[in-house]
Amino acid sequence: MLAFIVQRLGQAILVMLVVAFVSFSLFQFVGDPINNMVGQETTVAQREALRERLGLNDPVPLQFVKWVANAAQGEFGLSYRMGKPVNELIAQRLPATLELVFLSAILALVIGVPMGVYTGLHRHSWLSRAFLTVSLIGISLPTFLIGILMILIFGVWLGWLPTFGRGGTVALGFWQTSFLTLQGWSHIVMPAFTLALFQLTLIMRLVRAEMLEVLRTDYIKFARARGLRNRAINFGHALKNTLVPVITIMGLQIGALLAFSIITETVFQWPGMGLLIIQAIQFVDIPIMSSYLVLVALFFVVINLTVDLLYYAVDPRLRVERRVAAV
Amino acid sequence: MPSTRACGWSGGSRRSDAVAIRAIGTEQIRPGVGARIVDGFRRFLDGDVFYSFRRSPVTIVASVVTLLLFVAALFAPWLAPYNTYDVASLNLIDAFRPPAWADSGDPAFLLGTDDQGRDVLSSIMFGLRISLLVGFASVVLAALFGTLLGLLSGYVGGALDSLIMRIADVQLTFPAILIALLIDGIVGSMLAPAARRDFKIYVLIFAIAASLWVNFARTVRGSTMVEKNKEYVQAAKVIGVHPALIMLRHVLPNVLGPVLVIATLSLAIAVLTEATLSFLGVGVPVTRPSLGTLIRIGNDFLFSGEWWMTIFPGVALVALVLAVNLLGDWLRDALNPKLR
Repeated sequence: MLAFIVQRLGQAILVMLVVAFVSFSLFQFVGDPINNMVGQETTVAQREALRERLGLNDPVPLQFVKWVANAAQGEFGLSYRMGKPVNELIAQRLPATLELVFLSAILALVIGVPMGVYTGLHRHSWLSRAFLTVSLIGISLPTFLIGILMILIFGVWLGWLPTFGRGGTVALGFWQTSFLTLQGWSHIVMPAFTLALFQLTLIMRLVRAEMLEVLRTDYIKFARARGLRNRAINFGHALKNTLVPVITIMGLQIGALLAFSIITETVFQWPGMGLLIIQAIQFVDIPIMSSYLVLVALFFVVINLTVDLLYYAVDPRLRVERRVAAV
Repeated sequence: MPSTRACGWSGGSRRSDAVAIRAIGTEQIRPGVGARIVDGFRRFLDGDVFYSFRRSPVTIVASVVTLLLFVAALFAPWLAPYNTYDVASLNLIDAFRPPAWADSGDPAFLLGTDDQGRDVLSSIMFGLRISLLVGFASVVLAALFGTLLGLLSGYVGGALDSLIMRIADVQLTFPAILIALLIDGIVGSMLAPAARRDFKIYVLIFAIAASLWVNFARTVRGSTMVEKNKEYVQAAKVIGVHPALIMLRHVLPNVLGPVLVIATLSLAIAVLTEATLSFLGVGVPVTRPSLGTLIRIGNDFLFSGEWWMTIFPGVALVALVLAVNLLGDWLRDALNPKLR
């Protein structure tokens, strides 16, 4: 167990170092940072002074160490385009993305799991067929088209929901939340559902397949023979055992939600991290790009580590097998 | 139905015999190249793969749709009603026409026109060309590198194997679309602004290929490790064939089946990735719009009710991706001997 954690931790640190190196090299490849910061009338002497002050005359390995040390403290420098500190911009945008991802994950679970259970239990009912057909559409349609269709139907034709931005938000300290006003909810519901749809269909299909698998096992037959009620068998015994893969997949899918939030945020002009990085790429805003790279890598590494550890917490069989293997 | 199948077999053989005999008549001993192609084609029509194709209506529809879209893309300059790259032919009076069947539609523009007066149908056909070009190029690149790395990894093993597979593992923890987006953004930003427009499409192809190679590498590695221990490889080793030759000549042909399946499914992913990146405004340059770019441009006019500029390119994209996906699924089952 300990060896496993150490190995995973080592891999995570290695990944972070590689990503940090890529992020750092971005600055080396793309133009002269001094040119990006000063005006045309700056003299050569002033440029040289700035260069010295920013440490750009240091050897590259030393610059890298300094950069990593700064990054570890959340210091990523100034955005070229907006002239503001990158960490401030990210702190401003992060809550919007996290709320969107959080709500999408909840939606996907709360709708996906019951749909999966239903289609697993009632394989041949017309409702199951309808669910499966809808899920096929959900998988085939790219995220941005789903968003566009929703905007067209609910925003333009029906006029029920607002189509862009976050609307009114309430500040909780530095955190701007959408969840406390009705207007905030009306703005978040379409983007969240757009983002959730793919994950929702994925979870539904996964739960369905696992339910079909579990319902065939001997212990379910035995539970039926013992005369347990259907509800107890289906939910107490069958569903519980399907949840291990669902937890893992969901953990990994939170990363995917983060990636796909870039698309959803562009469609709905949602002022989050995704919109920030897309604009940064279009305007070659290196400090934002490199900090986003580091942040996303950190996010994924932490998620994967957590999921690996969750495996052990949730599935007792793994612990036993390890112990047996060790003996 | 086994009986029809058997009939198909014998009938086909007789016909191909006839072809072969005729070929002997004209070409003395060996059948000519043309006859051999015809013969091979006949054998394909009688084979298992074509049999399972005939038995699946969904697959037939999917392949017809795919074929239609490929033809529309390939022959767009001749088939499209208008040349959308020819700015001189555009007339602003024709801008914002709804589809032909709507009230103010013009039969000359079947699917309507965009803000510049471009015919939407022609734009879709030319856009399909760019989408498929990027899709095919990135899949070929990914298949080439992925297969090569997989072969090396599986055949050589050892430290090289662990290195390649660790890289693959790490890459798999990130969504492919994110990898493509970041590589596209990073490499794109390294280009000088003037070069960015000309080389952007190659950067895009490279970025998508880099997000796809892992699937090829892992699959080929798995099959190579199985093939490696078979007798024909042992025999080749014993008679002193060079390892590179064993890999390329003997192992490679035996691991290509799954590569074909992954390539088909990857084409759908690549087209989708390209469309997504172009929709986000970081894909192909706007001077040569792909389907994703068309959707992005049309999206700006969605709120004023000009839905046809977005929806029709969207339908074309979904039709292409869905059809290719269905074909890939069928191919996977048809080439899998366990399912026969």
